[in-house]
Amino acid sequence: MLGRIRRLREAGVLGINRRNADYTLRYNPRHLYPLVDDKLQTKRLALEAGIAVPELYGVIAHEYEIKGLADMLRPHDSFVIKPAHGSGGNGIVVITGRMRRMYRKAGGLLIGPDELAYHVSNTLSGLYSLGGYPDQAIIEYRVQFDPVFEAISYQGVPDIRIIVFLGVPVLAMVRLPTRASEGKANLHQGAIGVGVDIATGRTLSAVWGNETVDEHPDTGNPVNDVEVPGWDNLLRLASRCCELTGLGYQGVDIVLDRSLGPLILEINARPGLNIQIANGTGLVHRLRAVEHRHRELDSVQARVAFARAHFAHGG
Amino acid sequence: MNKRHLYVLSGVLTIIALIVFAYKVFVLHFPLSPDTTSDSWEIEVRAAFRAYNVPVKLSMYVPRSTSQFALIDENFISRGYGFSAKNVNGNRRITWSTRKASGRQVLYYRAIARRVGSNYPVLEAKSEPIKPAGYEGAHRAAADTLIADIRAHSADLDSFVTELIKHLDSPGTDENAALLLGRKPDNERRIRVAVDILAEAGIAARMVHGLRLRELQRDLQPVSWLEVADKGVWRPYDMTTGASHLPDDYLRWWHGEEPLITLKGARELNTRLAVRLIKESALSSAAIRGKLATPGLVDFSLLSLPIETQAVYQVLLLVPLGAFLLVVLRNVVGVKTFGTFMPVLIALAFRETQLLWGIVLFALVVGLGLGVRFYLDQLKLLLVPRLASVLTVVVLLMALISVISFKLGIERGLSVALFPMIIMTMTIERMSIVWEERGALEAIEQGFGSLAVAAVAYLVMSVGALRHLVFVFPELLLVLLAATLLLGRYSGYRLTELVRFRALTRE
Repeated sequence: MLGRIRRLREAGVLGINRRNADYTLRYNPRHLYPLVDDKLQTKRLALEAGIAVPELYGVIAHEYEIKGLADMLRPHDSFVIKPAHGSGGNGIVVITGRMRRMYRKAGGLLIGPDELAYHVSNTLSGLYSLGGYPDQAIIEYRVQFDPVFEAISYQGVPDIRIIVFLGVPVLAMVRLPTRASEGKANLHQGAIGVGVDIATGRTLSAVWGNETVDEHPDTGNPVNDVEVPGWDNLLRLASRCCELTGLGYQGVDIVLDRSLGPLILEINARPGLNIQIANGTGLVHRLRAVEHRHRELDSVQARVAFARAHFAHGG
Repeated sequence: MNKRHLYVLSGVLTIIALIVFAYKVFVLHFPLSPDTTSDSWEIEVRAAFRAYNVPVKLSMYVPRSTSQFALIDENFISRGYGFSAKNVNGNRRITWSTRKASGRQVLYYRAIARRVGSNYPVLEAKSEPIKPAGYEGAHRAAADTLIADIRAHSADLDSFVTELIKHLDSPGTDENAALLLGRKPDNERRIRVAVDILAEAGIAARMVHGLRLRELQRDLQPVSWLEVADKGVWRPYDMTTGASHLPDDYLRWWHGEEPLITLKGARELNTRLAVRLIKESALSSAAIRGKLATPGLVDFSLLSLPIETQAVYQVLLLVPLGAFLLVVLRNVVGVKTFGTFMPVLIALAFRETQLLWGIVLFALVVGLGLGVRFYLDQLKLLLVPRLASVLTVVVLLMALISVISFKLGIERGLSVALFPMIIMTMTIERMSIVWEERGALEAIEQGFGSLAVAAVAYLVMSVGALRHLVFVFPELLLVLLAATLLLGRYSGYRLTELVRFRALTRE
């Protein structure tokens, strides 16, 4: 056991205690959390800074507004309903189409308007929100994802998670939905995470659960060596989010839309740690390097250049 | 950065706690384990007499608290009598008086004497007046000869007194002593003569009366011994052995020549003394001892609270213990539980149900509640009404389990009522959500984790020695707090992470 602890430490693997004690508690001031915990606020901030986000169709904040849900949804064939204060991807419903009065979910299942209204009502009551506080439901544009990951994802929207520390992208992965995750891109719900080489934007091996895999479990296609398009642009986008929120340690979730390009989906103040397994590397060494050098890096270009130069896979 | 601050804070908390702890253990002798018992005696003086319609005044010596015996719960029972107490010459004396009384009268003095020390109490004797014996003629000559004789055989005060007692104890061999003692001397007479002779030799001494504390005895006679002023303190001497040491069951009551009770205005005084042994825990006697030594410390401790409140705190003080365990299990081991402190509260409920039954009942209520919750899910209820419905069902389930188990003759089933129902309801709700969103496996894993943590917390909280320690030495919780603070900055791996990140340890 002691040997294993030593090997983990040598690999620079960041544990949850350390993430909390040395990074989130130290670099993420509590008063900034509402900016990212409330997805409406994140959206507004991003729009103010000129960063693209999925278009907002509407917000339901009160129980009586649910009656107007059907009217609000009428102009849109596909959309996403999510809690403004959700966490871990809970409470997100992706509707891909319609069938008479019914809505088709990302997994192909049909749900009725009543069921959808019930879901929104649950969301308002705080069922999916952090701490169970009353919440709002956001209805927004469903991303038409870029075909680049088509061969290696099973329905749903794959997204790109980039861990940004003090403005420097340190680790990235692509999250691919699987049959088990029902179209959701959250690892704990069964999606797989594929590491991305910061230097080149090419995918590496993947993590499914806590295990390393090389093929997508549903399509069987190899997940490695796929090039993420516009990688430099993505890194710069992620880096800018640091100034947007003021959080020192954050996970930025980006989706690639077929026509709109990269969109910021959400920002996470306590990003998960399995991204390390996906990349086959620990975070600690990279975070240390950034802590030493970040003062010299005064622009987004400099930060991205630093990241691409120092955080190549296996380097 | 703040780490030094944290270390200093934890260190200071620990040191303070350990100092208070050490003081209570080594100075006040608070018991470290729960079952040490010590002895207390109930003492009763019953004074009965007949009054004849004239003013009556009864004076009685009563004992005072010493470092050997503490007197508590003193009661002076008299009907229609005025009562006063004062200190006379180092004695405590009470006086009952009435203008008019007739017929048989009974007055009581009751107290509990609790042993707080085994050594004879230290009483100051500073420049005590020496009352000359006033011997004349043959008596004076006998006394002088006796003193000269004893001086020749003794080196210091102690051996002088011992030698004197030896002479007085066997007067047949010493005609001087026999002359002074008179015919058929009793113990009191011998003490009185000893006091006189010591006075002639320029040594202050006095007669002391007390009780010998037995298991149970009625019609007890006071015992008397000699006290000699030696280097500023009164030292006791046993008149039969001559030793400057008394058995530790002698309760010192009063000193002087006067009897226990003096009665004026009435006749047929009948005095009865009784003692009865009461066994009780060493804890209360340590508390009394603490009260005598440092009044503040015990007065502001849990032991000064009423017994029922003490019982509440005995449970409450265990909660931090459970919480600490939870911190270790969650942050160092990495066990997943429903709700942060839910397992501790369940563990408290286990205290009443016992472990096995607790787990069975908990699983039963949560299992059935989950079934109901899944059924309610079809009705698409709003969150709060749904929670209230589950709560109602939980309460009904608990009642049902109690009734059925009672009918079946399983007493333990009744204790299901002690489960915190709100916590159960929230557990059911959380579990059903995890079940839906992350699958049954995860839900059962977390449920099992919670139950396992509750069981471990219960086992730790039911260690009698620990329970005793935190209640008697609540300052030890500061040590626990210091450890918790340090764990608050623990940034090492959780044990479960060793498994989680095992892919990264393979080369």
